[in-house]
Amino acid sequence: MNRPPKKFLSPGHNACAGCGQLVAVQAVMRGLDEDTIIANATGCLEVTTTAYPQSAWGLPWIHSLFENAASVASGIKAALKQKKDGKTKVLVQGGDGGTYDIGLGLISGMWERGENILYVCYDTEAYSNTGIQASGATPYGASTTTTPKGSESIGSTQAKKDMLAIALAHGLKYAAQSTAGYPDDITNKVKRALDVDGPSYLQILSPCIPGWQINNDEAVFMGKLAVETALYPLLEYKDGILNASSITGSFRAKPVAEYLKKQGRFKNLSEEDLKHIQSLADANLKRYRL
Amino acid sequence: MKRSKIKLETKANSSLNNKTGPWRTHKPITDYAACIGCSLCAKICPESCIAMEIRTDSPRLKPVTDYDYCKGCALCARECPVKAIRMEEDIAA
Ligand SMILES: Cc1ncc(C[n+]2csc(CCOP(=O)(O)OP(=O)(O)O)c2C)c(N)n1
Ligand code: SF4
Ligand code: SF4
Ligand code: SF4
Ligand SMILES: [Mg+2]
Repeated sequence: MNRPPKKFLSPGHNACAGCGQLVAVQAVMRGLDEDTIIANATGCLEVTTTAYPQSAWGLPWIHSLFENAASVASGIKAALKQKKDGKTKVLVQGGDGGTYDIGLGLISGMWERGENILYVCYDTEAYSNTGIQASGATPYGASTTTTPKGSESIGSTQAKKDMLAIALAHGLKYAAQSTAGYPDDITNKVKRALDVDGPSYLQILSPCIPGWQINNDEAVFMGKLAVETALYPLLEYKDGILNASSITGSFRAKPVAEYLKKQGRFKNLSEEDLKHIQSLADANLKRYRL
Repeated sequence: MKRSKIKLETKANSSLNNKTGPWRTHKPITDYAACIGCSLCAKICPESCIAMEIRTDSPRLKPVTDYDYCKGCALCARECPVKAIRMEEDIAA
């Protein structure tokens, strides 16, 4: 009898309708095979897929704490080595809060050790699961519950941390960036990252419905606009060298206002703020042009 | 003192017990005559509740939506390149 192939992530999870993070996760799952163990940090992905006593996962999956998913993965890798299992792959999944901020030290350690582990960050640009607090990934001008917009404030005035550069500074053999607007790009990058023998990093912009104050059907659209405005280009580095980019000589970027004005979190921006954010996109055009 | 034991493992894919269909206010309806079978809707559905299957009306793989889990987000309808999916008010669910 032919049994239907087991799903690595089943329906019945509790993520918001239209969640961009879950769009991205489904694309990551298509890049994996059955010989994979997942260590997950705390966050929306962990909370919505494992409502006790149920689990949406069809792969071995473990959650310990918010900050230590990278170390748990290192432990799994060590156990596999002890068992002389060189075949089973280890994947870490974390949100931007878990990656840019709270788990950063332990991720750095994992990368220092050069272990063959793929780390995927789902970047919602805030601590979504606890009610949209600002993280190191929150961009300039975004309103969050800890950087609220108001008569005296536009929202966050800090710059988004360049996590991809931090990853590259560790000498990673593979580091890439994608968005939920390009599911096939995500799947391909997961496969290429797993082909590399050594640590790899993939960061995926994952539009969050309540966090970005967008409609239920807009996560993929926003993922595409982030790329089309050059605010979040598709990037891929192999051995530290920019190997592929959505920004090329022929790329015509849309104005950033097209992306920003459709999101409630950016509703308080002045013309000057828009100009500043446009300058960030323009800088990306220069920096990543192949 | 007697310690109660906490079971730390759970069954794979057991979230299937949690039918999220009743979350829905609007239901995606696929027009199979218009659908070109590109599978984009199946790829982007956050619930992974659209399966590409062979139906009797076409030799091509076509998307079949599992309404037990569809939350009615309308992502599939929004992104379909030929607008083959429409959202209808879903009073029954
Ligand atoms: C040490 C610790 N601090 C705080 C929390 C509370 N907490 C749980 S999930 C979460 C937000 C996670 O944000 P992120 O990593 O960006 O993932 P997202 O929910 O956005 O996907 C926080 C603050 C915790 N569980 N552990
Ligand atoms: S809060 Fe945001 S990231 Fe979390 S489940 Fe909802 S849409 Fe997804
Ligand atoms: S409406 Fe949303 S949940 Fe329902 S099938 Fe379409 S994409 Fe999936
Ligand atoms: S996205 Fe549209 S055309 Fe493509 S498979 Fe789905 S319904 Fe058919
Ligand atoms: Mg987040």
